[in-house]
Amino acid sequence: MSQTDDHTNNDQVDNGHVNNDHVNNYRRKFLGQLAAVTATGALGSGLVLNNFAQARPADEAVSSNVRYGLLIDTSKCGNGCDACVKACNDENGLQGFDRPETDAQWIRTVKLRDKSTNRTVSLPMMCQHCEFPPCVDVCPTGASFKRADGIVLVDKHLCIGCRYCMMACPYKARSFIHEELTGQVQGIPRGKGTVESCTLCVHRVDKGETPACVEACAKDGHKALIFGDLKDASSEIALRISKEASMQVRGDLKLNPGVRYQGI
Amino acid sequence: MQSTFITNITGIRTALLSLMLFCLPAFAGVPTPDIPKGKGDKCVEETDFMRKNHMELILHQRDETVHRGIRTKKHSFKECINCHAVKDDDNVPVDFKNPKHFCNSCHTFAAVKIDCFECHASRPGNDKRGHGKTNDSAMSKH
Ligand code: SF4
Ligand code: SF4
Repeated sequence: MSQTDDHTNNDQVDNGHVNNDHVNNYRRKFLGQLAAVTATGALGSGLVLNNFAQARPADEAVSSNVRYGLLIDTSKCGNGCDACVKACNDENGLQGFDRPETDAQWIRTVKLRDKSTNRTVSLPMMCQHCEFPPCVDVCPTGASFKRADGIVLVDKHLCIGCRYCMMACPYKARSFIHEELTGQVQGIPRGKGTVESCTLCVHRVDKGETPACVEACAKDGHKALIFGDLKDASSEIALRISKEASMQVRGDLKLNPGVRYQGI
Repeated sequence: MQSTFITNITGIRTALLSLMLFCLPAFAGVPTPDIPKGKGDKCVEETDFMRKNHMELILHQRDETVHRGIRTKKHSFKECINCHAVKDDDNVPVDFKNPKHFCNSCHTFAAVKIDCFECHASRPGNDKRGHGKTNDSAMSKH
């Protein structure tokens, strides 16, 4: 099922604290924005406020007032459960070619073992949607980019398949498509010679929905994954990370991933 | 310099192509493309405009969608596919491999190769007809 990565936890917990500053920054910024939103609500129709948590209009560009992220509570992960991986494969039409080393994989289950205690924990690992993404830094074509709302994507029209980003990513989050593909899902373009990784189900998020993995995990009753806007102080994810301990995997790299974990 | 040259070539090619398409009736005896009709009364823009400029609209919308998350339907590639789907005898939309596919009907005639469908679905819906298998085998990677 998984690789055993030996990450010691102490550094990361420390970094959990460092990153609380980020969170506090988000909250401060948010309060400013909230005043603006309330003003709009008062001036315009009451609907503006009601729509606040809903989908952005289709003609409106993504905004950096939002930063999407995931919170993954590993203690809620069902033993051997791979509902999120299956849902991801299905949603995005990821095909296998019986070549496990190279088959596309946007989420994988990773086992972490604390060397000193031998405690192992299994967690889903996908693109961590870093605030300072090394994949973007190294990309020679501008194909790897970070959307204003923090979602890191590959513009496959620009990708030349050099795979620098795959080497730069500390989380092994990216896959390269080696085979010619057919039968792609409409709205999820994928093709030979390009690199890809978790898009946070950007096509669903843009409609105001949650990523497929989050939905599948909740449907299975685990609720180990929650998705939301880290900058919206009233969102479930922001509330949880402001009250409960959470951390970023390899937080010592200071990439400030948008994906946070609990129970590791 | 070189890019201007290429732009010029593309410009000339587009102009010639448009000329060919507009003067079709004038080429008596020359086989002309049989372009299937889309759904509805008319396209999102004038047909003449679309013949010359559809690629520009798609290119613009592609950047807007991928980078800025703008998903308006008017110039969306997905909506082109949905509206211009050509059904086979079994009432199933054909894919780009089929010569009857809307894009094919003209691109084959004009000998302009496109690579949109190396990545994009060439027919409506989330169909898995082309899929060999799901990538469950990949789940054991690493
Ligand atoms: S996890 Fe890897 S692919 Fe994702 S943003 Fe970070 S460096 Fe890039
Ligand atoms: S493989 Fe594509 S996305 Fe990755 S660095 Fe090269 S051009 Fe950029």
